[in-house]
Amino acid sequence: MMNALYDALLELVRRTSAEIPDDVQQALVQALENEKKGTIAESALQIIERNIELAKRKSQPICQDTGSILFYVDGPVGLDQAAFEETARAAVRDATKKGYLRQNSVDPITGVNDGTNVGPGSPTVHFHQHRSPEVQVRLILKGGGCENVGAQYSLPNETLKANRDLDGCRKVILDAVLQAQGKGCGPGILGVCIGGDRATSYEFSKRQFLRLLSDSNPQTELGRLEEAILRTSNELGIGPMGFGGKTTLLGVKIGFANRLPASFFVSVSYMCWAFRRQGIALHADGQIEKWLY
Amino acid sequence: MIKLNLPFTEEKIRSLMVGDAVEITGVLFTGRDAVHKHLHEGGKLPFGVSLRDGIIYHCGPVVLKDERGEWKVTAAGPTTSIREEPYQWQIIRDFGVRGVIGKGGMAERTLAACKEYGCVYFHAVGGAAQVLAECIKKVRDVYFLKEFGSPEAIWEFEVEAFPAVVTMDAQGHSLHKEVFAASQAELAKHL
Repeated sequence: MMNALYDALLELVRRTSAEIPDDVQQALVQALENEKKGTIAESALQIIERNIELAKRKSQPICQDTGSILFYVDGPVGLDQAAFEETARAAVRDATKKGYLRQNSVDPITGVNDGTNVGPGSPTVHFHQHRSPEVQVRLILKGGGCENVGAQYSLPNETLKANRDLDGCRKVILDAVLQAQGKGCGPGILGVCIGGDRATSYEFSKRQFLRLLSDSNPQTELGRLEEAILRTSNELGIGPMGFGGKTTLLGVKIGFANRLPASFFVSVSYMCWAFRRQGIALHADGQIEKWLY
Repeated sequence: MIKLNLPFTEEKIRSLMVGDAVEITGVLFTGRDAVHKHLHEGGKLPFGVSLRDGIIYHCGPVVLKDERGEWKVTAAGPTTSIREEPYQWQIIRDFGVRGVIGKGGMAERTLAACKEYGCVYFHAVGGAAQVLAECIKKVRDVYFLKEFGSPEAIWEFEVEAFPAVVTMDAQGHSLHKEVFAASQAELAKHL
């Protein structure tokens, strides 16, 4: 199983880094069609399209910041998690040697980048047990530029006149969009968590990126909020790269986690247009059975 | 489309305006967080590196050695520039920089330095690592590789027709300031 798993994870990293998922590509094509002709926003989107095509053809990173390496694993009771993590580390190490990933992991105390991408917190693996025998592995590569414009708000927020209700959530999320402008490589995608503690709130917000861009939260009020934020954001005129233009966001995904009575966090994770997310379902022998996006 | 060849003259740079699309050809140097901090703290540029009348490119590329032992750039888009805001004005002043390439734009101190010393901010498309890597025709050298690691090192690149847009010019205009003010005013209507 482990050799096959190693090959599967290495291929997952390669493909995630070099190929944009279909749902995101479709949204970008749509954005290019909508953008006003002859503007620098349009030309930025044209460069983005060309970049996506080149990266896939050359099997090279879409963006040089190959990001934080976040694995999400769903598997049966009895899956050897320690062995999985060892294999994931080996795959990441070799993906870095092959140039699928940049030498991207720095010891914050000594400043040393040992060039392996393996160290405390890198890669990060989230395990989830389920009752079916199937193993699914999803991977998100999230660059630092978009990570830096993520924001966590604590409600009430007097400056933004945001109270502890959904309208208050709407106001702070829109503030995050305004503050991010072009810094996070828009048009972006928001992953939001309403509630939770400081750590779980951010963690749940990132998990929203596993959803398809085209879906809508089945909880009606959250689905409506997603739509409202997307619509308003695209009326702000921030546009691709913050150049001005029609498409500021490609999607908004909102989830929630229960909060303490004393806390009301709204956490916003921002994903750049280079939304690198893929997934695989594995056969029992560890080989790739199918791609999930 | 304005074609620019390095090195730049002050006159040429001062003639550029916000919104100008350019293609840059010549030799430039990368430098990002570690390099800016180093220079700000009084550190020297390594022998062989000169930013005078040239460009500093905020970029941490992916660079591999090929089978002949030559460097090959496989991804090289811009990184977010605003992190260098505390240092950039001083580096423009002290090292005679005429152009900064990055993404996301910069703020008041850099804008003022652009105006005072004759420099502009060129915005490249963030994330477009492949399109921009194709414009890098040769890696001439690398400095501070061991000290700062590959993404933070100073890479000396020969570029050809590197596409960018002037978003901060030497007349004190900033597209980023304009878009922020307009989007903030628009957002106020929705709150």
